[in-house]
Amino acid sequence: MKSVSWVGLQTIVIKELTRILRIWGQTLVPPAITMSLYFIIFGELVGRRIGQMGGLDYMDFIVPGLVMMAVITNSYANIVSSFFGAKFGKHIEEILISPLPSYIILLGYVTGAVSRGLMVGAVVLVVSMLFSDLQIANIGVTVLVVLLTAIVFSLAGFINAIFARKFDDISIIPTFVLTPLTYLGGVFYSIDLLPEFWRNVSLLNPILYMVNAFRYGMLGVTDVPLATSLTMIVVFALILGGICLWLLEKGVGLRS
Amino acid sequence: MKALSIENLKKTYANGVTALKGVSLDVEQGDFFALLGPNGAGKSTLIGIVSSLVNATSGDAKVFGVSIHNNRAEAMSMIGLVPQEVNFNQFERPIDIVVNQAGYYGIARKVAHQRAEKYLKELKLWDKRNDLSRNLSGGMKRRLMIARAMMNEPRLLILDEPTAGVDIEIRRSMWKFISGINERGTTVILTTHYLEEAEQLCRNIAIIDHGEIVQNTTVKELISQLDVETFVLDLRAAAVELPEVEGFAFRRRDEMTLEVDVPRDRSVNPVFAALQHAGIEVLSLRNKTNRLEELFMRLVDKEAAA
Repeated sequence: MKSVSWVGLQTIVIKELTRILRIWGQTLVPPAITMSLYFIIFGELVGRRIGQMGGLDYMDFIVPGLVMMAVITNSYANIVSSFFGAKFGKHIEEILISPLPSYIILLGYVTGAVSRGLMVGAVVLVVSMLFSDLQIANIGVTVLVVLLTAIVFSLAGFINAIFARKFDDISIIPTFVLTPLTYLGGVFYSIDLLPEFWRNVSLLNPILYMVNAFRYGMLGVTDVPLATSLTMIVVFALILGGICLWLLEKGVGLRS
Repeated sequence: MKALSIENLKKTYANGVTALKGVSLDVEQGDFFALLGPNGAGKSTLIGIVSSLVNATSGDAKVFGVSIHNNRAEAMSMIGLVPQEVNFNQFERPIDIVVNQAGYYGIARKVAHQRAEKYLKELKLWDKRNDLSRNLSGGMKRRLMIARAMMNEPRLLILDEPTAGVDIEIRRSMWKFISGINERGTTVILTTHYLEEAEQLCRNIAIIDHGEIVQNTTVKELISQLDVETFVLDLRAAAVELPEVEGFAFRRRDEMTLEVDVPRDRSVNPVFAALQHAGIEVLSLRNKTNRLEELFMRLVDKEAAA
């Protein structure tokens, strides 16, 4: 069954990548435009008046957060729309009737979503170079954090897709949970600016750890110790991965 | 060897509806087997469980001796499924749909492309391989689902109403293809509402109603249970009086058409003798309904009455 799993994984990944590239106008271009606007408005126009943040130029400070925001949004959006679309159109049955084990199905969809997250992250990073000349402080940490973050939000999106019954259900979490947590996760400010109570509340936000670990990788500065951030991200990935596998094995939302 | 062995399969859905009440059924290797039943009888649930799309409440099914419960992957690798509803991604091309399906069964892309060419050509879809699937006609979509189900060259092919809504020409070409598959050794299970289809293609038959098997026998044996056949007679001129022959019941359908019930153990000759005696000229003669359809209605009606 090893070759079945390997070929099956390749097939799901190829199918997902083909989909991402086929609709590149919806998957890769919009983040580049949105993030360019962020760089122009927040970085250039507002940033000049703010000056420094966390010991850095404001433009440099927001680059890691905006890259991370694009990675989070796109890895989540890719898996939730692709998997729910397959469920809604019933073509998920093509995979469900096959001999593929649950972990390969999950791995295939997560790989597709992570790929889109990384592609979009790279696009945003290239766009940021038009506005900032920052250097990456630690390439290893940068790659590790962006990869783990994309995995965490792919898994979260997968759970959303499993429970979604209609298209409205796949936009509720991004609108009411993901976007607020991202904006409050230290993308645009250092939590050191906050009063102690709100600083402590911010520590409950998982995205804070991801943004800060990524900022450490890129700029060498962080509000939260790197080890704490990495531990949190890995724990989230393991918990969400376990939930996804359990749901797939039970057939929740997929098998009646 | 049994291609499919179902043991006391039960299914109660979350909403409390019991779709299967302990179904047991065997399908021999190489058989062309019909599974018939009215809408909501439990056919699709049964197929759903065998193909692992529906979780059984209890019981088991074995595909060539392999339990779908204990060794799902191996059992599924031997099955091909053509579902009732179109369930491929309509924004993909037929070639991608079938090649990807092969990939889910661990078939390398080179081999998958060879098989895709073979089955798309056999099902007359090769010229459409690069079109958007949503633009295919209804019959083409049905044939594409058959091609997709053949990509893993299954030992057991399950077709859930494969010819629903397709014209007679395409239906007959699909029958020919499926018969060819069966002749080459693939066991075929077919559900259909066209009982003529079941009578022509299948050797064995099971009728399911209200989640229970109410008949499981050969098609010949089932048809032999029919004690009366009704024939329709088209006349050259209006019959003034109906002929009277002992043991045969004549009825007037309209001015130019008669119906006559013929007991299965009686010759039709007395009917013609009586018609000739009465000066009634018959232009053509045909069965009122398909023979299997008559039996099916009786069995299902009996169950409903009970």
